[in-house]
Amino acid sequence: MLLKKNAKLVLEDGSIFYGHSFASDISVSGEVVFSTGMVGYPESLTDPSYKGQILCLTYPLIGNYGIPSNDTDNHGLLKNFESDKIHIQGLVISDYSSDYSHWNAKKSLGEWLKEHNIPGIFDIDTRELTKKLREKGTMLGKIVINDEDVKLYDPNKIDLVKEVSINKPCKYTCKNNNADTKNIILIDCGAKYNIIRCFLKRNVNVIRVPYDYDFFNEKFDGILISNGPGNPKMCKKTIENIKKAIKQEIPVMGICLGNQLLALAAGADTYKLKYGHRSQNQPCLMQGTKRCFITTQNHGFAVKTNSLQEDWEPWFTNINDNTNEGIKHKTKPFMSVQFHPEAAAGPVDTEFLFDEFIEKLK
Amino acid sequence: MKKPKKVLVLGSGSLKIGEAGEFDYSGSQALKCLREHGITTVLVNPNIATNQTSKGMADKIYFLPITTYFVEKVIKKEHPDSIMLAFGGQTALNCGVELHDKGILKKHNIEVLGTQVQVIKDTEDRHLFVKKLEEIDVKVAKSKAVSNIDEGIKVAKEIKFPVMARIAYALGGRGSGIANNEKELKELLAKGFSYSNQILIERFLGGWKEIEYEVVRDKYDNCITVCNMENFDPMGIHTGESIVVAPSQTLTNSEYHKLREIAIRVIRHLGIVGECNIQYAFDPHSEDYRVIEVNARLSRSSALASKATGYPLAFIAAKLALGYSLTEIDNSITKTTKACFEPALDYIVIKIPRWDLEKFRKVSFQIGSEMKSVGEVMAIGRKFEEVLQKALRMLGIGLHGLVCHTLKLDMDIDYELKNPTDKRVLAVAEAIKKNYSIEKIYSLSKIDKWFLYKIKNIIDTENEIKKYKITSIPKELLRLAKQQGFSDFQIARLLFGNKNYESNLLKVRQLRKEQDIVPYTKQIDTLAAEYPAKTNYLYLTYNGSRDDVIFDNKNAVIVLGSGAYRIGSSVEFDWCCVNSVFALKNLNYNTIMINYNPETVSTDYDICDRLYFEEMTFERVLDIYEKENPQGIIISMGGQIPNNLAMRLHNQQAKVLGTSPLNIDNAENRHKFSKLCDKLGIDQPQWAESSTIDSAKEFANRVKYPVLIRPSYVLSGAAMAVAFDDEDLNRYLKKAADVSKEHPVVITKFITGAKEIEIDAVSFNGEISIYAISEHVENAGVHSGDATMVLPPQFTYIETIRKIKEIAKKISSALSITGPFNMQFIAKSNEIKVIECNLRSSRSFPFASKVTKHNFIDIATKSMMGVNEDKKYNTLDLDYVGVKAPQFSFSRLHGADPVLGVEMASTGEVACLGNNIDEAFLKSLLAVGFKIPDKNILLSTGPIKSKAYLLESMKILKSMNFNLYATKGTFDFLKNNGIETKTLHWPSEKKEPSILTYLKEKKIDLVINIPKSFEDEELENDYLIRRRAVDFNIPLLTNPQNTKLFIESISKLKIEDLEIKEWEGYD
Repeated sequence: MLLKKNAKLVLEDGSIFYGHSFASDISVSGEVVFSTGMVGYPESLTDPSYKGQILCLTYPLIGNYGIPSNDTDNHGLLKNFESDKIHIQGLVISDYSSDYSHWNAKKSLGEWLKEHNIPGIFDIDTRELTKKLREKGTMLGKIVINDEDVKLYDPNKIDLVKEVSINKPCKYTCKNNNADTKNIILIDCGAKYNIIRCFLKRNVNVIRVPYDYDFFNEKFDGILISNGPGNPKMCKKTIENIKKAIKQEIPVMGICLGNQLLALAAGADTYKLKYGHRSQNQPCLMQGTKRCFITTQNHGFAVKTNSLQEDWEPWFTNINDNTNEGIKHKTKPFMSVQFHPEAAAGPVDTEFLFDEFIEKLK
Repeated sequence: MKKPKKVLVLGSGSLKIGEAGEFDYSGSQALKCLREHGITTVLVNPNIATNQTSKGMADKIYFLPITTYFVEKVIKKEHPDSIMLAFGGQTALNCGVELHDKGILKKHNIEVLGTQVQVIKDTEDRHLFVKKLEEIDVKVAKSKAVSNIDEGIKVAKEIKFPVMARIAYALGGRGSGIANNEKELKELLAKGFSYSNQILIERFLGGWKEIEYEVVRDKYDNCITVCNMENFDPMGIHTGESIVVAPSQTLTNSEYHKLREIAIRVIRHLGIVGECNIQYAFDPHSEDYRVIEVNARLSRSSALASKATGYPLAFIAAKLALGYSLTEIDNSITKTTKACFEPALDYIVIKIPRWDLEKFRKVSFQIGSEMKSVGEVMAIGRKFEEVLQKALRMLGIGLHGLVCHTLKLDMDIDYELKNPTDKRVLAVAEAIKKNYSIEKIYSLSKIDKWFLYKIKNIIDTENEIKKYKITSIPKELLRLAKQQGFSDFQIARLLFGNKNYESNLLKVRQLRKEQDIVPYTKQIDTLAAEYPAKTNYLYLTYNGSRDDVIFDNKNAVIVLGSGAYRIGSSVEFDWCCVNSVFALKNLNYNTIMINYNPETVSTDYDICDRLYFEEMTFERVLDIYEKENPQGIIISMGGQIPNNLAMRLHNQQAKVLGTSPLNIDNAENRHKFSKLCDKLGIDQPQWAESSTIDSAKEFANRVKYPVLIRPSYVLSGAAMAVAFDDEDLNRYLKKAADVSKEHPVVITKFITGAKEIEIDAVSFNGEISIYAISEHVENAGVHSGDATMVLPPQFTYIETIRKIKEIAKKISSALSITGPFNMQFIAKSNEIKVIECNLRSSRSFPFASKVTKHNFIDIATKSMMGVNEDKKYNTLDLDYVGVKAPQFSFSRLHGADPVLGVEMASTGEVACLGNNIDEAFLKSLLAVGFKIPDKNILLSTGPIKSKAYLLESMKILKSMNFNLYATKGTFDFLKNNGIETKTLHWPSEKKEPSILTYLKEKKIDLVINIPKSFEDEELENDYLIRRRAVDFNIPLLTNPQNTKLFIESISKLKIEDLEIKEWEGYD
């Protein structure tokens, strides 16, 4: 009990938070962000959008239900995770449950992180850290264990999408595949598995392609631009492809980074938020209605609403801070959302958007 | 959106088990919301101690019973255009449905705001509910009746094993059982059908997790879940009896959101507008679930969720009922974001129920599917270990946390884990100490292992600390202990053993402060710090490294709240605290409230400038005091819990406002107070302190029996008793367990046949500014909390009143009282004796304030802050009468003997006003559920003295043409006095016509059963009669004076004669 290994989190502004290590004992650096979701750490940690980031969870009791198995479904996708590895640089929490309890748990969170060589520290005042990030904005930082110092590293300066996308296309065929089955191109900028699952369970085949892949020779009915990490403006090739698709009036749907990429392709602009939205309780109002949806979010950049071109309009707006949460073309089947209709982790209230998009496939 | 102009709001009446203070909170919020919109409000609620019935809360307040009869009368008088049913618990909901069904709402053109009556019915009627949920393929816990073995097996296969087979119409679950497979079920059914022709088969859900969601929906179909909660105690134990945490701790993302999605789907399908609660049973080994129920109204859980998240559910529900959309309402905590979101918590909350079972004779301590608890506490922190220990301390039952207590737990651990009582969590700790494996504890208790691991952490730390002394304890261990919620007291006990508590705990405090181990103040902001919040809703934790707030207020005053509601201390003290805060605000002080009861209005974050949802231990209050450095602290508003801290805080140089703690001690300490009375020439019943049985006997024989015995050292639940002879005395003293020099008993001469009178007063520098005198209807011997009180007194001699005033003046001056105080007296032929003196507000302060229309707490608070208004108040010569009547919850407490004694047993109270005592008394009895008898009355009028006392009343009954039935003795007595009755046989005679059969068949409308003695183990016969009357919901009178007044009242007044008059109308 008293043999806890000391560890600390050092922020670029010089502030230091002292805690203890419960996972891999290696020092790392990255961009420090916080998420306020109360459940879903196995999903979040494998979300490629967190690439390059040290994640602070504001819910203090973490690890309670352990980590589930590595079972795969019949498409070869891991059943219980959002990609096949942990993408965060390191994890920062308040209280760690080394003893977990759940029927489908196979190991503890600490064991899992260790397997993936990811450090995790606990006993941190995560609320104080969050307040600091909220006030000063997202900062670079490092987890230092055993006083083995590392240099600060800015993930925003590198092409993160390239690191999380796949190398070559692959196809997922749905269960009731037949001649009429629709096919969508999934531009993988760091796609979460649940996007693929959401199409497959609606009987749509998914052709998952690298973020910079020229897919126009494939046979497909629509395009889904996935979520992913980092600054959208770095994905130049992807933006080019989307422009081309729009010109050809192919139905397009974007999620998260995909919202920003579609906006850029449509001539609008994006910017970096002070500290982003990472949570499972963001209220998004559907434009022109009184319907509001509770959504999962994980993004550091956003679309400038007032930069939208004439043919485009905002689709959803965040009622907390009035930032853009989705755009759509006034007449054509191009639409995107800043939040995650595929959830995982988070509320499933907007999964119906997949149905709406599928209806638009020619 | 058509805005209503005048809205009728129904309250929940008296506090009772299952329906307590939470509805004062929800009703108050609804009224606040309506007022904000400029809507006229009419409130019907006879609970005079509530905040919602305070001046200014509603435009018109009626202290009348919440029954269709009275509500319709109010409707006819007030002509409201709308009604709100969701804010007054089941009482309001039931009344609303009845008003609807009788066509009263339609007739008077009244619209139901929020959830509609048909929707309420869909949730309340089991059959409709199942049908509704099946329409959308949601699984519901349900049972099917079968009448033969083959049918039973077919049904079992449909709903899947294991199944529970229940014999229909069997009392107490007799013959029920669990079958895991076809073979077992066959055996079970074969046995069952031998004595019943119908068996209910249902899915066995025992041991499943119990999960709840609080759901809010607006009329635009926006639907959110504000909070989810997980029961520590799995299915089988009522959620009101369970330890509950928020948010859920053992659910994965997919489980959490699966249940959330179902909740939203169900609530949309049902069409609820406003707030509701959905409960699930959840399989711990898969993602299987069953919906247990939906409550289409504000509930205990919603009050808890409100306080747990900071999301003002009741206020929002009222807004939604008015037709607003969730997106239009601001988040009143952050003030920058909207109400349409789901709070993200960055802390954990625990609720633990508070029971008072020790107060009842013959009651079972087992907890299960029915509610018995009378209150609850809520603790906030950032570790489970921390909140569990905090909450256990808050209960106020002699626990200092999970460990380091001295409760004697003579329990069979295996049995206790399997068959839980109110001490279950302590049994878990005991089991771990006895090296039970977590696996074994789980298999016995079905408490999720995650919770058990956390409990084990506490035991591990306890064992670790024991290895050290104060000089050697490692800093990291001390910090860990504090992070796990150990109090300085617990640590001191582990380091020093059982001695010199106060000085040792201060040594621990000193040490940890030197080592910079101090708690930090954190805000509850609904968004886990994502947005800046202006919230003043705070808690303290050692799991942090910085305060969220700054402490720069030079003009603050702390008010200590009332803590957990329990028998003897409930909403009336919350009213006092809230009114004290209001008074301070008017004097331009910054107000700080400390309280930990989620059912209260005082813990609404908009009542005070800062709310610490925290323990009221000496340690924690001092922590807050040191941080805030206030002008002073008010300890006299929240009842005995804060009052007990007076001296200890004073000794640490904290400024206690009002009467000096030294004088509080002079009143609390029996020896000192007795000396003072002698000096002032004030009479009091003879008393002595005994540390041996012999000396107790000697005293009792000297002053002559009966005597009242009060152990000074009482473990959770007092054990006061009256002894009539040596034998009684022996028995009680043995029961009181620990009579010794250290723990003497106080024995007082018990005076019978005397009147009891109380004075509630406020003084300024020793001089009384205002007072109110009330008399009890019942003779002395009935606990003042159970007595029917009359204000102003109607039967007390003027001379007695004058004497009481004189005594109060003397005491006030001698103790230099500044602030509230209460004294109780017994009077027998103008001889007055003091029996109690409390230098704090009392249970009857709201009653006194509202009947006299002078706010005693306002005056008291001003006095304590040095403001003396020097006004004259008339509290005696009123043109109307107020009567306060107790509410008992015996029907909830299986087996408990419904009889009054020196121990308080009521869980709540009402008070009504009338033009004379008969009217006020009758209204208040009707308000606690009494009914005026139709025709049949059962008489058993007790010992000869009370038989004679009630003879005139019996004659009145006879003249009113009631059918009178009597037990043998009463029959004979009445016959000899010329009153004919029919005799019924005692239960033990097993002969017809018997009393029990008559009760069961509801052939009796009123039972009058006067017990033979106060405290003796009652004859089984009498007990059975009283108990059955309660079980069959037949009005019961057990006190002679009360009976007499009741009979006089009904002989003079019919229900139509009771005037429908609002509070302000009495002047």
